[in-house]
Amino acid sequence: MSEVPGETAPALEVDGLSFAYDAKPVLEALSLAIAAGEFVVLLGPNGAGKTTLFSLITRLHDAPRGEIRIGGFDVRRQAVQAHARIGVVFQQPTLDPDLSVAQNLAYHGALHGMSRREADSRAEAQLVRIGLAEQRRTRVRRLSGGQRRRVEIARGLMHTPRLLLLDEPTVGLDIASRRDLVEHAHQLCAEEGVAVLWATHLIDEVRPGDRVLVLHRGRLLADGPADALGERLGVDSLGEAFDRLVGEERA
Amino acid sequence: MRPMPWLHCLRGVVGRELLRFLHQRSRFLAALVRPLVWLFVFATGFRMALGVAMTEPYQTYILYEVYIVPGLVGMIQLFNGMQSSLSMVYDREMGSMRVLLVSPFPRWYLLVCKLLASTLVSVVQVYVFLAIAWVYGIQAPALGYFYLLPALLVTGFMVGALGLLLSSLIRQLENFAGVMNFVIFPMFFLSSALYPLWRIREGSYLVYQIAALNPFTHAVEMIRFALYERFNAEAVTISVTVAAVLLALAILGYNPSRGMMARKGG
Repeated sequence: MSEVPGETAPALEVDGLSFAYDAKPVLEALSLAIAAGEFVVLLGPNGAGKTTLFSLITRLHDAPRGEIRIGGFDVRRQAVQAHARIGVVFQQPTLDPDLSVAQNLAYHGALHGMSRREADSRAEAQLVRIGLAEQRRTRVRRLSGGQRRRVEIARGLMHTPRLLLLDEPTVGLDIASRRDLVEHAHQLCAEEGVAVLWATHLIDEVRPGDRVLVLHRGRLLADGPADALGERLGVDSLGEAFDRLVGEERA
Repeated sequence: MRPMPWLHCLRGVVGRELLRFLHQRSRFLAALVRPLVWLFVFATGFRMALGVAMTEPYQTYILYEVYIVPGLVGMIQLFNGMQSSLSMVYDREMGSMRVLLVSPFPRWYLLVCKLLASTLVSVVQVYVFLAIAWVYGIQAPALGYFYLLPALLVTGFMVGALGLLLSSLIRQLENFAGVMNFVIFPMFFLSSALYPLWRIREGSYLVYQIAALNPFTHAVEMIRFALYERFNAEAVTISVTVAAVLLALAILGYNPSRGMMARKGG
């Protein structure tokens, strides 16, 4: 397996990406790059194209115009290498509720070609890190919403990806769990060196220092630190800046 | 990639499917009750009306219950294959399908693993059904149960690939009732599962011709002959060919974005 692009390549590069669904454009000439270990919020209202972007990155959708590279590997031409470097937490829960936490993680490990022993030891390390090692034999059905999300993140990290995609991961969680999850994701960048792309439509999940990409109707309207965005537009808060950007677009 | 990771992937997919099957006792029960009702109620009732004269591969005059068992084995696989293939594309399994497809292994390999997994689930169902039939008194030669296994694998792939192909081609087949009416019932009734071909021919030449062309007929005959320690070259050739073609088409036609975009634009 060629490892040529090396560790210096950006975790994610999107270049001139366009995608239409039933002749209706969903993404238009989108370009962006995320450095290794960077935390980036993809902010956009419902229908902005966030999930579509994630589906294209993970190749659940195909044949777009433009290029996507993960750690330097093209998702179409070098799908195996690119896929091995992505961890995903989908918007809908994808853990099997009837299986135990350990069984769910073992399944994921196998899908990434790990032996049972390797998958178990990696799963164990992740569960210890998120403080759910005691629940390894518990059926997922019996976990709280916040715990399930943390298990899904743990699962997404088992194969040590360069890039972790989170698609509105706080849907359905209470305020405390949401805060914990945002904190957790920031820690991952700092401690594990994984780049995180966090899609959301909730402005209160953005911290002042976060880099924010504002996506609306398939186009990137802004890219920069959250606090600088308000300054640039001459408003006090990110919320106002967001309203201004999206409002201008509507007008 | 080296071979071991591929095997780990296969083990993972098959293991998960079997675990899920064990957890879903109601699904297991439904899969068993259906053919058993046919065997105990339908076949018993028709025994008087439909004696089956000596016909290959049977060496003596047989009761109708004996004749119908291979057809019911095919029915178990037909239902299981359709059910699991359709759920691969739509609703409940959507989330787990995403997890499967973001694996770095090529898509064709993941689909083959998944079809093999659902086929093995149907194999478990078939052997439990045959065990009950055995207790009931319908007993094939011991080696027949062993020769049956490869035939079950071929049939499982055939119906699983067909389900996958249909779900990618025909949007209206989203609900299972539609599939029952337009795919499962015609395939089952217009085959040699319930009556031998020569008997159908006496009734209606047209139905006979359709049944003779129906790949499910050949799958059932392959199963019937295997269970009685015989190798039906024609049935095996046709079944393997049809399974291979359907598998290739299903892989080519499989589009994971179908059904996903409709659910969520975001």
